[in-house]
Amino acid sequence: MSVALEEATPAARLQDDARLAAATRRRQQRERWMTHLWLLLGVLIFAFPIWITLVGSTHDTATIGRGDVPLLPGSHGLENYTAAFQTGGSGRYRSSPAGLMLWNSAVMAMCIAVGKIAISLLSAYAVVFFSFPGRMLAFWTIFITLMLPVEVRIIPTYQVIVALDLFNSFAGLTIPLIASATATLLFRQFFLTIPDEYVEAAKIDGAGPLRFFRDILLPLSVTNIAALFVILFIYGWNQYLWPLLIVNDRSMETIVVGLAKMIGSGDTQNEWNVIMATAVLALLPPVLVVLVMQRWFVKGLTETEK
Amino acid sequence: MATLELSGIRKSFGATKVLHGIDLTVPDGEMIVIVGASGCGKSTLLRIVAGLEAPTEGTVRIGGREVTALEPADRDIAMVFQNYALYPHMTVAQNMAYGLKIRGLPKAEIARRVGETAELLGISALLDRRPRQLSGGQRQRVAMGRAIVREPKLFLFDEPLSNLDAKLRVQMRAEIRRLQRRLGVTSLFVTHDQTEAMTLGDRLVVMHAGHAAQVATPMEVWARPADTYVAGFIGSPAMNFLEGRLAEGGHAVALRAGPVLRFADGPRPGPEGRRLTIGIRPEHVVRDGENGLDLALDLVEPLGSETVLHGRLPGGEALTAKLLGAAPAAGGSLKVAIPPAELHIFDAETGRRLDPRD
Repeated sequence: MSVALEEATPAARLQDDARLAAATRRRQQRERWMTHLWLLLGVLIFAFPIWITLVGSTHDTATIGRGDVPLLPGSHGLENYTAAFQTGGSGRYRSSPAGLMLWNSAVMAMCIAVGKIAISLLSAYAVVFFSFPGRMLAFWTIFITLMLPVEVRIIPTYQVIVALDLFNSFAGLTIPLIASATATLLFRQFFLTIPDEYVEAAKIDGAGPLRFFRDILLPLSVTNIAALFVILFIYGWNQYLWPLLIVNDRSMETIVVGLAKMIGSGDTQNEWNVIMATAVLALLPPVLVVLVMQRWFVKGLTETEK
Repeated sequence: MATLELSGIRKSFGATKVLHGIDLTVPDGEMIVIVGASGCGKSTLLRIVAGLEAPTEGTVRIGGREVTALEPADRDIAMVFQNYALYPHMTVAQNMAYGLKIRGLPKAEIARRVGETAELLGISALLDRRPRQLSGGQRQRVAMGRAIVREPKLFLFDEPLSNLDAKLRVQMRAEIRRLQRRLGVTSLFVTHDQTEAMTLGDRLVVMHAGHAAQVATPMEVWARPADTYVAGFIGSPAMNFLEGRLAEGGHAVALRAGPVLRFADGPRPGPEGRRLTIGIRPEHVVRDGENGLDLALDLVEPLGSETVLHGRLPGGEALTAKLLGAAPAAGGSLKVAIPPAELHIFDAETGRRLDPRD
């Protein structure tokens, strides 16, 4: 062993090191390739259906009707999208124009997201920062609603809405979905992490409860609000069962419901090209919200403490 | 600027009594340091003065006006918190201006005050930064600025230096002292650090288990501690306590460790043999090669110019000595003497200080 060591000349040792370095480089390259391969595979799995939809929305009715699944875009994109946006499907089920439905969905999702955030911010504020009789009772009452899924409450809720004469209205569409325990819980947890010293400093500065809420608590919650807004907007956008029940006026139809209705189950041919164009349109607003808010809450993350 | 008067302040949290009747008068412009171990009630007392906590009994008067029932904002006070509590989403200038803005001061006046205060503290260049972009010392300064800019009657400090590293702490300590002198605002400073207490306070309140054990100037607290708790709390290394009994008609103490020491300042009252606790500060113990006591050393801590020795006396009692120069290694022994002039005499039962004509 010691003999071998003595025999290794400086030149030989240098060569050894070079070989080792080359091997390391190769291994690192291999690892990089593997990582990217897996990532690429994941992207393909997620993106492929969307690609099919996109491509499908650019062909004419007949192509898809024949059972072909084209992988390359066709030439009927513009007319399909115009049809979807302005008139809706023209087959067995004549849907409302996508433009109107998108508007309805946007209003509904926006009302739900904003309403939920407003209500839960205020209720979490009350539960965390004030002590009043029945505080824990209030908290548990909110908490317990989490245990009842929408489907369980849907009949009584429906009756209440009808009795209040809110059938076929945005109020009826959104108010029952606004009451939210999840968001209240999230804000409660966040508020609990805010040091008492802020509250005390604000008290000494002379800020009353509403001022403290507006000047200190709200700015500190921006990131949380942004994140919740994204989640809640998409939650609202994807609502299906409730809008289906509470709206029968075609002009109030939301895009998710309209889209489902466009797919007929009878023997009339579905206009898959228009349906797919509508699906693509339905996809855009949530994507837009994610993109816009993402920038916003990353900014919030880097500029405030915590 | 104003006086602060506390009378009969008691506080209980449920069945737990935290403060047992604190009376304190702070004259205009004085800096009082409330010092004590954790859980002694010092922070609670400060929070009662601030109005963040309501006393169970007793009154708080600031500048002659009773404020016990007033909101913190209406008491005309400013507070510096341990973690500074700077609002993270506001710039330094906004942080400082917030209280003034709420009070509805005109914009120009706010800008003037913030500018002047920033100048005073040397933070003018930081006004547009956010707290997160500041170092610990800078945050500390901004927290001070937020307090000063309000021009309050009373400053309250809740352990504001404990989050700083040792070097910065010494520097900020001196700075706080200088500022307080210059502004002449009555101040209450809470700390558990005795060095801070000794250096900052015009007077100290040594708190112990919800009582004010002693209220006096730092030197008096050090030289004439009111009881064994104060004696052991102030001074580092802590004072030694030895058992003894009154002897020679009250003129001397017979230590359990052997020697009989004659009091330098006159007789103490009580029957012969009254049980006493004798206090001697480590720095007052001296070497005595001839007729000193044998101190068996079990730990030697060299500090450069001085050496701290931990050892045991013949009777088994522990004694710490701080001597100039080098000393023998641990395991050896050393002859030391206790100069009678430096003794602190306490009653063994009550722990109270016994003075000559008691």
